[in-house]
Parts: sequence; structure tokens; C-alpha cells
Amino acid sequence: MSVVGERLQPTIFELSRPGRGGGKIPHPPADALDRIPPGSRRTTPPALPELAEPEVTRHFVNLSQLNYSVDTGFYPLGSCTMKYNPKLNEWAARLPGFANLHPMAPDSVAQGTLALLWELEGMLAEISGMDAVTLQPAAGAQGELTGILMVRAYHRARGDTARDEVLVPDSSHGTNPATASMAGFRTITIPSAPDGGVDIDAFKAALGPRTAAIMITNPSTLGLFERRISELLDATHAAGALAYMDGANLNAILGRFRPGDAGFDVMHFNTHKTFSTPHGGGGPGAGPVGVRRVLEPYLPAPRVIREADGTFRLETSRERPMSIGRVRSFFGSTGVLVRAYAYIRAHGGTGLHEVSDDAVLAANYLRARLRGTYQVPFDRPCKHEFVASAADIKHRTGVRTLDIAKRLIDKGYHPPTIYFPLTVEEGMLIEPTETESLETLDAFAEAMIEIAHEAETDPGLVTSAPHVAPVRRLDEATAARQPNLRWRGMTGAQTPCPD
Amino acid sequence: MPYGPHAADDRARMLETIGIDTVDALFEDIPEGLRAGPLHLDEPEPELLLTARLAALAGRNRVDLASFLGAGAYRHWTPAVVDQMLLRGEWYTAYTPYQPEVSQGTLQSIYEYQSLLAALTGLDVVSASHYDGGAATAEAALMACRATRRDRILVSRAVHPHYRQTLETYAEGAGLEVDELPLVAEGPLAGTTDLGALERLLAEPDRPVAGVVAAQPNVLGLLEAMPEIGSLAHLAGALFVAVIEPVSLAVLAPPGEYGADIAAGEGQPLGIPLGYGGPYLGILACTDPLIRQIAGRLVGMTADLDGTRAFVMTMRAREQDIRREKAASNICTNQALLALAASIYLSAIGPHGLRDVAATGAARATELEAALAAAGAPRLHAGPYLNELVVRVPGARAVHARLLDRGILAGIPTADLLPDEPSLSDGLLVCATEVTTSDEIARFAAALAAELDPVATGGAA
Amino acid sequence: MVPGDLRYTKEHEWIRLEGDEAVVGITRFAADQLGDIVFVELPAPGRALEAHATFGVVESVKAVSDLFAPVAGEVIAINDALAGAPELVNSDPYGEGWMLRVRLADAAAVEALLDPSAYEQLVAEG
Repeated sequence: MSVVGERLQPTIFELSRPGRGGGKIPHPPADALDRIPPGSRRTTPPALPELAEPEVTRHFVNLSQLNYSVDTGFYPLGSCTMKYNPKLNEWAARLPGFANLHPMAPDSVAQGTLALLWELEGMLAEISGMDAVTLQPAAGAQGELTGILMVRAYHRARGDTARDEVLVPDSSHGTNPATASMAGFRTITIPSAPDGGVDIDAFKAALGPRTAAIMITNPSTLGLFERRISELLDATHAAGALAYMDGANLNAILGRFRPGDAGFDVMHFNTHKTFSTPHGGGGPGAGPVGVRRVLEPYLPAPRVIREADGTFRLETSRERPMSIGRVRSFFGSTGVLVRAYAYIRAHGGTGLHEVSDDAVLAANYLRARLRGTYQVPFDRPCKHEFVASAADIKHRTGVRTLDIAKRLIDKGYHPPTIYFPLTVEEGMLIEPTETESLETLDAFAEAMIEIAHEAETDPGLVTSAPHVAPVRRLDEATAARQPNLRWRGMTGAQTPCPD
Repeated sequence: MPYGPHAADDRARMLETIGIDTVDALFEDIPEGLRAGPLHLDEPEPELLLTARLAALAGRNRVDLASFLGAGAYRHWTPAVVDQMLLRGEWYTAYTPYQPEVSQGTLQSIYEYQSLLAALTGLDVVSASHYDGGAATAEAALMACRATRRDRILVSRAVHPHYRQTLETYAEGAGLEVDELPLVAEGPLAGTTDLGALERLLAEPDRPVAGVVAAQPNVLGLLEAMPEIGSLAHLAGALFVAVIEPVSLAVLAPPGEYGADIAAGEGQPLGIPLGYGGPYLGILACTDPLIRQIAGRLVGMTADLDGTRAFVMTMRAREQDIRREKAASNICTNQALLALAASIYLSAIGPHGLRDVAATGAARATELEAALAAAGAPRLHAGPYLNELVVRVPGARAVHARLLDRGILAGIPTADLLPDEPSLSDGLLVCATEVTTSDEIARFAAALAAELDPVATGGAA
Repeated sequence: MVPGDLRYTKEHEWIRLEGDEAVVGITRFAADQLGDIVFVELPAPGRALEAHATFGVVESVKAVSDLFAPVAGEVIAINDALAGAPELVNSDPYGEGWMLRVRLADAAAVEALLDPSAYEQLVAEG
């Protein structure tokens, strides 16, 4: 039985019929567009489909049922923190007071939102040990770019224009080196040590007068806390460089480790990971950035100011002359930030501490349950996620991690992250999160053990998985060689516009 | 912990399996000197209390005003079916569709979104989304530089200032030069991009231009001579980036018809709430020859082993997780749920509905223009507009503030939006959409008349 | 067994000497490592190549790899068939999957590259 629905759907273009739909808006006067010069007008109506509301509803309901989601079942996707998305947050974001507020409304009519945003900045600063926070970036990657551009501005303001390198471990998320390139830096990739941490000697050898920053994920993408973090940060600062922390794995260390206290100069948060804002099939997220004092002048503008009388306003651009500028229009992805605010308020400091405790406990529990069956490199406790490897299984049976992942679908689970980080052969990065029950964890462990057994006794069953899904393995090669990225066949609305 | 699932002895059983006594043992690898103390945050708030807090905060915003504010984000009506669909957990609690067999919902909806925006823009390739209009414009400029191997961008000052500022931030990182095109100050073309200046800047020797960026309608609501701008750009070997507004594309010539190579814009008007700036929807589209330069995810149609039609993310090797430091963009998380909202909106409203939305906005704007002119605030410019316009108001900032006290959000003073344009020191940028009522227009006009000529109208009170 | 009439590089390119010209591609080992190849980015004819510098990119569904010039020279021609059929690199890497034809700066430089058994040893060592 498939864990997702199996009713594949035609496209909206195939459902379109002339004359369907309409009636939702009164017709405008016939001469409404007469004052627009013909040269600026469309010559043909746009080729959009015509559907009636019942068809629209069935289409999107049926499509949604083809998706696996956190609301469907366990989603142990390492590095993504697929925790439960509280429904309260959806209610909060939809309150008309929040949802209908124009981004350029005067401060005096936006006091509720400004108060929330101001409080959220403070909460994130407290959680991270940073001195100041910007809520502007729309995603973690945009937060990274914001942070690294601030580092760039910092060095230039000091007259230090020779620093054109950023150091990044080989286990890093691809956004880190991509960010460095977008900010005009060369990436120097540093190998990991055999124990999964950074190779501190290689890092020190690469640090120098050309280093602008290091970018570290802590805990690392292997789910391991960087024990040598103080040594690494001291060496970085001694070389005149700044330290950026990729905060993707913050779920492991809430209330246990504050990056700002430890010496990181700048970090980003992923609200859609640690703070439960929903992933939405790929987004939206938000990527607030926290900085220590040294980088505060360079933060994107405007930020929220609290006046002595308790009212709130946005900064004027004159108040932050050294800002790197904007990274997007308007203030930020406020609807996402409202959700993160609600989440933090619901938990408080003690609740967030428990979140990390339970996230780390769950990961170590699964690691203990699976270590007899799969290889678990790095013989030490993990944090909120761990890497398992099917390299042995592959050598013995030919069954690869990809096949195991597809077979998990047959067992009713979304697979973990596979082949990331790149440093582990046939790797699977498993992150259960704190919102999964023990029964769920046990059932998942049993499914994984079953598949390992199937790999020995009936490998063909695994390599041809999934068997119970609406579609089987896809021809990705043809999709890339001969891209079909849009529907062709609609040639314009079939019924003429009443023009 | 409000969402924690553990029953009384679950944690003890897990600890036992792991072989430790307390969960603290799992954090011993954090050096002692770096272990954090308790977080100084307020006590956890149970849902009953938290809902009251959130409602109170939302209640402190004034969203009951008669609003004529546009300037890049627009008040529109959204059919109820959009949010009903978006509330389905299979949409919003799903992740990026890395396992296509269990993500056909998201994948097909993105393919449909790409197709809908291709139809609206008249272009070939549409990215699965960017953060917002500003970021999309910045990515479009970077694309133009990559494709032409040049490093200079010309952007009209009639492109939204936030987009220009975002572009400058991204350009700084990429080492690109950005020059601004001035606006025509007077006469029938006042408020539009100065084509003479464009020609001169394109002709500068040894400074070849990668891309020319102009908006349609522009930030002042005016219609630009987009075909002419495109021709000038192409003659100089530059690409043409059009910044567009999607509802207007139901009635205005789309970028594909006037020679744009790339289109960028804000999809918020397509069923997405104003929400104080986000999450919004960055639209990015291009012609086929630029397919390899476009940043962001792409979903393509393919078939599975059995020949069943299906959808999958494709051309992935361009993206950051594979390309790493050589990726065109670092974008990972995008605005997928908002692209879905746009698809549902467009499906629900259809081509005639969208045209009616655009045309109704135009009709209301015509009404608004007449009412404000009669109240003593005529249009500042002469050129054609769709549904957004600048009216001349002496002491605009003070008038705006007093109208706000009367419950009217009279657009935005152009002196605030574009402080560097002296010709705009005394104006209000106002807009009308299909939700603007004649009653609101009448109230605005009456209040404005009272502000501008208290004697004639019997007092400002 | 790799073709005996070619020379090889550590980056898994092959080169076939033809007088003062040469043809360049990637080896079957490289193509197998990449998986289904979906796109090959090649320089325009006329472009100068520096030995060991990147001249293009080969993309598969899940991976990307730089292409390195085995020797210095000038690009005379590229295999246009790869634009529509990149899978030729997988099916016939030494024949129809060729990538560049180059006019060599120094034909002797080809001899200095790995011979077939040295390359096979490199691959075997992993």
C-alpha cells in the first residue's frame, strides 16, 4: 500500500475547456482600457487555462495527496530538521492584522508587527549569544550571503583589501562555497580529519593574510560537535579573519552552546529548520543573521528601533551609513517570522533546551538501534543527526544507499538525506527531530533493518524499488538532456474576452 | 514542551538503549568553558495564552484604513479556494522534492507554475521561484553578465528603489558596475526612462553593457517604451531585462512580445497577502538560449520506468549542492509554496478573470484620477498608466500624515519613495485595484479637498 | 582495457595525436563515474588552451566535472553532436563522444602524458 495517494492528475492545461470558470469578479466597464495605447497592449490573451472551481479544488487536493509530508509521516531528512509544524503558527500568520499590513505602511499603523519583529530580534540574539540580529534575509543561503558581504565590508572599511579567500570544510553544505563566490571570494576547501571534525592543522596552514573568513557548520554536517572549536576560532582571529557559523544545525545545541559566546562573529538561522516554519515544498523560509558588535554597523537596513516611549519605528537609512544595503525588497519574510516568534514564545528557554535534548536523544537512540546493521562511522555520540553508511552492504550485495532509500518508500517512510555530506561513501544522514514518538523511531529502525536483510536475501527487490508509489524510478537523464519545462498546447483563452 | 511526544518512561528507555544515564552525557563533547547557561527568554506560553498575545499584537496594526498604497505590493482580492488549498498539510509540510516518487504533487504544481508564468510573460523558461522581485531582479542582472561575459549593468531610476538597492548589494559582491538611467524631467515623457541618456551610456567606449533593466509599468505607474529600450540594448550587444508586474500582463504586452531576454518581478499580486513584505514570490524567466544561465530550480516532465508521465527537478548540476563554488547562485530554499499559491490563484481566476482584475483596477484608477484632480491634486505626469499614478500635492508629506489620521492611507509621498528625484518632491504615488471602492475614492477626495483648500471646503475638521 | 593508441591524463582525459592536431575526450572510467551525461560545455573554436587549465564542463544528472586541457593548443573544432546527444560520451567515449579537435602548440607534449598501462594502473589504484 502506497504511503502517498496514487491518483496521478492531468495538468490544469489538459483540464481546461473554453467557457469554464469565471464569475468571481464583476465585469469592468467595456472602455476601462481605452486609455492604454494599443502599442502597449497584448495582442493576444495569455494562454491560461479555464477551469471551474470544483475542478480547481479536485486538482489541487488530488495533487497534494501525491506528496509525502511531515503531516503524513516520519521524515528523517538529515540537515533539514523536519520537525512538526505547529498549526497555531498558521493561524497566527493569517490574522488579518498581520496578513493585510502593507510593507510600506507608516510605522504608526504597524506597531503590532514592529513590536513582534523587535522582540524576535532580541530572542534570536539571546539564543545565539550574538549582539544584534537582522531579520531581512529570505532564506539561509541569503543569510549566508548577507553575513559574508558584511565580513567583506568590515575588511574593506579597515583598508584590508587583500583578503580574497574564504575557508570552508569539504563536508560543508554547497551553499557555503556558492555564497563565497557570490561575494567575490575564492573558496579554499579544507579536508576533514578522520574523526569527522575539521583538520585543524590544514585549517591553520590555510589561514593567513588572505583569509577573510572561515565558514563552519557546528555541529558539523556529520552531526558532530566540533570539539576543537576554540582552537579553530582563536587561530582564525589571530590571522585577522572572521568566523561565520552556518546555523543549519542549531536544533542540536539550543541552550547548550551559544555561538556568539564561543567566538563566532556572525551566523545565520534557518527558521524553517530550528524554528518550525514550514518547508512548503521547497520554501519559503527565512534566514535571519546574528552578529557580534564588530559587524553591527554593516547590517542590512532598516532595522526596528524601540523608542523611549515604547513605540517602534524603522531606522532611516541615515542611521546606518555603513550598512551593506538591502538584500531584498521591504523588511523581510514577515509571515515566516511571525511563525518563528510564536514557536519561540510557545517554548521559552526551557522548552528550547528540551527540544535539543530530545532531538539529540532521538538521534543517538536510532544510531544505537542501527549500528549493528549499518556502518556508523565516527565512534562517538552524535548530536541531532548521524551518518550511517551502506558501503559494506554495497560491496557484499551490490545494493546501494540509493536503493535502500527507494525501498524505504515502500515501507512507508520518506528516505533520509543520501550522499551528503560527500565525505562518506554510500552515506545516509538521518535526523529524526524531537517531535517523533518512540514508537515511530522503533518502527523506522525495524524497517531499516528489514531492508538490510532484504539486500542480502533478495537484492533485486531493493534495487528495483519503489514498488508501491504513484510512479517508479524516473528517467532523469532524458529530463536533463531534452528539457520540457513548460506545457505547450494552449494557444490562448478559447472564449474571447468581452473587449 | 508543547509538541514533544514523549510519554513518562520513553526517555528512560532510550537512555538505556544508548547505554547512558542522562542526556547530559551526549553533550560532554562541548568544552566546559563553552557550555551555555539557561536562556533568558520568557516562560513558555501555553497556546491559550499565546493566541491572546498574538491576537493583541495583530490588533495593534491598523489594517482597516482606506488604502491607496501600492509601490511594489498590492491590495488584491484572493478567491477563498487559494488559502483552503494552501492549508493542506501535504503542501506546506512537504520538503523540496528530492525524492520525486513521493513528491509528484509539488513537482507537478511547479511545472504548472512554470507554464503559467511562461504564458503570462511570453518567455520560454521560468525558474521555480526566487525570494522576491528585488532578489529576482538582482539575479537577472547577474545572469545578463554571465551570458554576455560583460560586467556593467544599466538600470532605470524608474525601477523600484528597493530593487535597485538589492541589485547594488549583489553587484558589489559580484564585482559588477551599476549605472543608473535618469528619468525624463519634463514634458509628455516626464517620469519615464530617458532614452537619450540610455543611448549615450550604451555608446561609451570601452564600457560594454551586459544588461539594461527597465520596469513595465515603472515605479511611478507609467508605461515605458519597452520595445525601444530593448532595441537600443540589443544594438549595443546587451541583454534586456524587463521588471514586470504579473496582473498587468493580462492586458499589457508581455516581455516576450517586446524583445526582453529576461523578465524579473514580484508575484505577490497573484494571491499572496501583503504580510508586511513577505514571504513573497520572485519571478524570473528567460528565453530558451539563456536556459543554462538561469538561477534557481527547474522542474521538467519525464517518464518513469513503466512509461508513466511524471515530473522531476532537472538540470540540477547547475545548482549549489552540485556546482558548489561554481554555481550561478547560492539559492537553495526558494518560495515554492508561494508559487503554488500563484498557480491556484491563476487556475481559479482564469484568463478572463485576470483580465477583469487588471481592467477593473484601471477603471478605478481613472475614477481616482478624476476625483483627486477635482479635489485639487491633478496628475503630475502626462504619459499613459495602468492603475498607479502620481498626483501633485503641495506639502505631500504633511497632507499624507493628516489623511492617515482620517483613516486614509493616501499612497506614499514620492519624496519618501524616491528622495533623489527633485521633480517628485511634492507628490503622492497612489493606486487603485479591483478592491478599491467608489466610496473609498470619494472619502479620499473629500478629505484631500479639505486639506488642500480648507476655506473652500468649509474647514479641515 | 583502454585503447592503446591514445595518451591519458590524471584527470581522465584522453588525447589522440594526428600529426600536429589532436582529438580530446574523456575516458570510459570518467564517463562511468559521472553516470548519465546530460550536458557538455565546450569552448568556441579559436579559443586558446593552456595545458592543465579547464576548458569546459561535463554534467551528469547528479554530478559535474571540469574538463582539463591535456596540452596547450588552439581549438579548431568541437563535437557539435554532443549538444543534442550528450549520451554519446557514455556510449562511445573514445569515438563518437569526442569533444575537441586541437591544433597543438607542441606535439611532443602528448608523448609526456600517461601511456595506456600507466593510466590503467592509476585507475586500478583508485
